This record gives sequence, C-alpha cells and structure tokens, in this order.
Amino acid sequence: MRPQDAQAEREPDDSNGRWVLKLYVAGQTARSIAALENLKAICENHLGGKYTIEVIDLAQNPRLARTDQIVAVPTLVLKLPEPMRKIVGDLSNQQRVIVGLRLDQKLTT
Amino acid sequence: MTTTTMESHDPRLLSLEKCPTGIDGLDDITNGGLPRGRPTLVAGGPGCGKTLFGIEFVVRGILRYGEPGVILALEERAEDLSRNVRSLGYDLDALVESGRLVVDYVRVDPFEIEESGQYDLEGLFLRLGDAIDSVGAKRVSLDTLEVLFTTFKNPGLVRAELRRLFQWLKDREVTAVVTAERGEGALTRNGLEEYVSDCVILLDHRVRQQVLTRLLRVVKYRGSSHATNEFPFYIDDKGFHVLPITSAGLAHEVSSERISTGVPALDAMLQGGPHRGSSVLVTGSAGTGKTALLAHMAYASATRGERALYLSFEESPHQIVRNMKSVGLAIAPLIEQDLLRIVSARPTMHGLETHLALMHQTVEEFAPRMVLFDPVSNLSDVSNHADAKSMLIRLIDFLKERGTTAVLADLTARGNESTDVGISSLIDTWILLRDIESSGERNRGIFVLKSRGTAHSNQIREYLITDRGIQLRDVYAGPEGVLTGSARDAREATDRAELRIQRQSLERLRHDLAAKRQALEAQIEALRARFTAEESDLTLRIDQESIRLAELERDRRTMGARRGQAAPTDGPEENGGL
Repeated sequence: MRPQDAQAEREPDDSNGRWVLKLYVAGQTARSIAALENLKAICENHLGGKYTIEVIDLAQNPRLARTDQIVAVPTLVLKLPEPMRKIVGDLSNQQRVIVGLRLDQKLTT
Repeated sequence: MTTTTMESHDPRLLSLEKCPTGIDGLDDITNGGLPRGRPTLVAGGPGCGKTLFGIEFVVRGILRYGEPGVILALEERAEDLSRNVRSLGYDLDALVESGRLVVDYVRVDPFEIEESGQYDLEGLFLRLGDAIDSVGAKRVSLDTLEVLFTTFKNPGLVRAELRRLFQWLKDREVTAVVTAERGEGALTRNGLEEYVSDCVILLDHRVRQQVLTRLLRVVKYRGSSHATNEFPFYIDDKGFHVLPITSAGLAHEVSSERISTGVPALDAMLQGGPHRGSSVLVTGSAGTGKTALLAHMAYASATRGERALYLSFEESPHQIVRNMKSVGLAIAPLIEQDLLRIVSARPTMHGLETHLALMHQTVEEFAPRMVLFDPVSNLSDVSNHADAKSMLIRLIDFLKERGTTAVLADLTARGNESTDVGISSLIDTWILLRDIESSGERNRGIFVLKSRGTAHSNQIREYLITDRGIQLRDVYAGPEGVLTGSARDAREATDRAELRIQRQSLERLRHDLAAKRQALEAQIEALRARFTAEESDLTLRIDQESIRLAELERDRRTMGARRGQAAPTDGPEENGGL
C-alpha cells in the first residue's frame, strides 16, 4: 500500500455523486489492512462504483498528517461530499461507518 | 577511596543533568532548570499561563541556548499562537523560517470524528517525531494533551497512548514541557502526573481584593533539591518572570559612601547621610511629612546628577510637582532634564506581579541611582501582607544588587513603631516621623530609629516643613519633658526672660564689685597721701632733732675743754650721733 497505488480503485467519474475517501494508516499493520478491507466492503455494498479511496501511509510521509489533522490511525477522511467527516479505527463496526459516511441518508433518498 | 566519597557526596547532582529554561527566576528555584531529557508537567487552571510557559521554554531555548524546538499546540491555532507571542516580542514565523522551530497545530474536533473499531495515536507520534527530526529539536512543548481525552471516547486508550508517548519522549532524550488542566482535588484533571513524575510545576492564580496574583510552585522534582514555596510570577510584554527571593540573595557589594538626604541636619544625625545602595524606610502616620522628606531625597539625588525614580501610589506627578514647589523644591526642571521621573500608579490598578513588572522595567530602562516608593503600605491593599512583604524583599534585594538606594515610605498607625507590611528587618536606615501632641497642638518630630553601620543620633528633633524646605530644630527638652511648637516657643520665651533677669543681676553684682574696689582704692590712696604728709613731717622733725643733738654735743665738748684736765672719757657719747 504505497501512496502511488492509493489511486482510485475505480475509474474516476465526473458526476457529483462520487464519494472521495482518504484512508490514513501507519505502516502495513494488521489493523491497516483490516481497515482498508472493511472500507472496501462497505463501499461496494453501498456505493457501487461511485467512490475513490486514497490510502496514505504516514510512516512513509508523516508530514501529510498535518494536512488532514490526523492524530489517530487508522483514520478515514470523507472529503466529498461535504461536510468533511473523520472515522477513526479499523472500521470493524460497519454501522458506525455507514452513519459516519452518511450512507444511511443516501439510502433513503 | 577519595573519588568514591566524592561521588557519594551528592550522586543526584552528578546524575541529573538540567536544562535551563531561561525563564527569569525559575532556574533559581529549580537549581538550574528542568530535568534534561525528561518530560516536565506544568499544571494549572485556564488562563494561568501554561501555554506561555511551554512556548517560552522552547523559544528561549532556541534564542538563548541554541537548542532547536518543537511546539505542539493542541488548543490554539498556529496563527493565533504566533500572533499572541508576537506581542511578547517573539517572532515564531522567523524562527520557523530559520529552521530552528516547528510549530504544529493539532486540531482535533470531537464533533467531526466518529469511532469504529480499534485505533491508536500513532499519527501523533509520527507528526511529533517528524517535527523533532526536521530541526533536530532538543525541546518540546505539548499544550495540552488533555484535549485528546475529550476527542476520543476511550479514556483507557488515551491513557495508554500517553504513557507510551512520555516513554517515547524519554527515549528520544528531548526535554519536554507537558501542560495539563488542574483537576478538582487532584493535580491534573486526567491524572497525567501518574505518567510524568520527574518534575511537576503548578501554576495558580488567585484574585485577592479584586486583583489577580499569579503563583508558581514546584510540587515535585525527583532527584533534585528545589525551593518549595509559592512564588508570585508575572507576565509582561517581555514574557514570563518568576521572582524568587533566592535569585537576589545577600551577596551584593556594599558601599560605604554616604549620600545626602537633602536635609543637612538629618545628614548630621546620620553621620553624613544613609549609605549608597542601602534601604531607607520613612515611617509615620498620615500628614507627618513623609512625602516631603522623600521629595527632598529625590531632589538631592537628582541635583547631584544621579537619576531618581519616584514611584507614587497616592498622588499624580502633577500633584507632587505642585506640592513640592510649595515647600521650596522646584522639581519640574529636574523632570525635564530626565534626572527625576515620577511614575504614579494606583495599587489596585494591577496585581502585585504587575506592579513588580512595572517597577523592574522602569528601573532597568531608566537606570536610577535612587528609587523612592510612596508609600509601600498601599501595596498590601492589593494582596495580603505576606505577599507584599515577599515582593518588597525581592524588590529591595533587586535594587541592592544594582547598588541603587531604595527609599520607602510606609504609613503607620499613630504611635506605632512597627510597619504595616512588616519590612523593618529588611531596612538599613529607619527614620521615624512622629506627631507630638501637646497643649492643643500637633507638631512633628523626627528621629532615627536605626541605621546600620552608623553611630546615629539618638535625639528627637522637631521637624518643620517650611516654604524653604524641611528644617530640623533641636527640641526643647526641659524639666517638663520634650516641648514642641508654640508650647516650646512659650517655654523658650519664659526662659529668655529668666535669662535676662539673671544676666541683669549678674551685671549689677559686677558693678557693685567694681564700685567697692574703686572705693577701696580711693581709701588706700587717701591713707597713702596722709602717710606721705606725716612722713615728711616726721622726717623734718628728725632732721631738726638731729641738728639739736649735734649742737648739744659740741657745746658739751667746748665746756669740757674749758674745765681743762679731768675730762671724763665717755667715748660713746664722744662718737655720739643718733
């Protein structure tokens, strides 16, 4: 998981409905890997193809932690749609991730 | 053997290296600074100066000791921080640009953070580690980590991570200042003292008599001796200042030079005046002329070309200038020449530490040879006596170290010979002004209660404030006691009359004597004249008698010759004469 393969998991889409996500981790730990897997599963279930995930390894580039004010790892940052949200942890609690990303609101619309 | 004893003499001092903070006075209290390579906990309530403490520790480390630093701010915005300390004369941006400082603002907003599953605070470690590495930091300020407790819902995890953080800081051998909120009944709200146990400093502020006083105390310092008292501190435009009694000490040089008080008679009472650089206390109840005496001393100093600083806690500079003009002191020109400066401040305007700051700054900047306080008793209005006293001790020591003469006026209750703030033991020369009340009049007396290193006068003098300044008169000490004012004048008039009468009678006696002598001499003259007359008379008769006798003898011889032969040999008669 290097910053360069933190590119989109899917082809970029120009539509406004795209979810832009950043996942900050510190090294290739079991927790980092679990977080990414949990995130992918949730996104597939709820967003279909309309999302991008950028994975940023702070162990490689700690200064990037300043940009999004990262203290805890892993931290998932929802960049778009606004407002910005952060979810910390390995994302094992699906329900909380869904609430945090406002995916439940999306389902009702 | 010898080295063993040497080492066992004080192993702590040898093992514990200290990191000077560069904060005024703090390094004296802690005997050299904070424990190097270890975190120090600075606890205190909101607004007590924790943040500034951390910043000063880092910034002074850079500026004074060439040790780069990191400021990790969890509460303030980096820009706010930068602006706030700019008012203290620190340009954080310039230090950052010069590569000696990293300011990392860590913003953690609990409202935009959701938790799902397990996490740790490695992100914070990485940020801090990166910041430390990028400038080679030796000093770190963490202000304040407790924000993490409100951000993250799992206090057990935050605790564990903080424990890890402090160990990590130790391993990296950086000297850290960690701030924490004061807790109810505990040192800190979240028990950080459990993890940071090498050195704990408590900052406090109390409002007494509506005035803020800041206090600092070293609660704990493992492996080092330290002062345990509470020390007032203040924050001014030059930063954080702790003013411990120990920072001045008693090592100042003393001068044997005398300086004039501007009142010659008082100088005489003090064998030429107080010593330069000593402390002079002038006490007296209201209206005894303390200000006038202080003004004389300030005037004398300024006239000698030695700057005097007059700190007034009662009157405005204009009032003092006007009032002193009425007693014959033209101080306005001295102010214009910058030889005299009057600074007025209401004691209740600031807390004690701010007063100290004001005084220190002015003394540093104006560099006076004499500083006058009028009156110091007002300072205890804003604090309790103990605080005011400790402040005065430090102030006097500070001035003594500079060889500056300190003159303090202190208001006392009438007839009371102890000072309001109990500072008499600090004082070298104590001049007491006293009301002397008698025959329906109140007059002023002055005397020297003590003067170290001086065989001072033990006399009470009458103290007169005239339009030509202060004058001292010998008091009338007669059989009826000490008299002053008109009672003394009356007494003196009586005395003068008595004296005149006495003088007259003496004169008469002298005259009598002269007359008698004259009479005697006249008699002697007369007797001598009579004697002379009698003498010449008698001499005449003796001559006549002698002649007659000679004639008689000649006749007898002639008759004998006529009788012829049997002339008797009565030789003696023949040879006769008288």
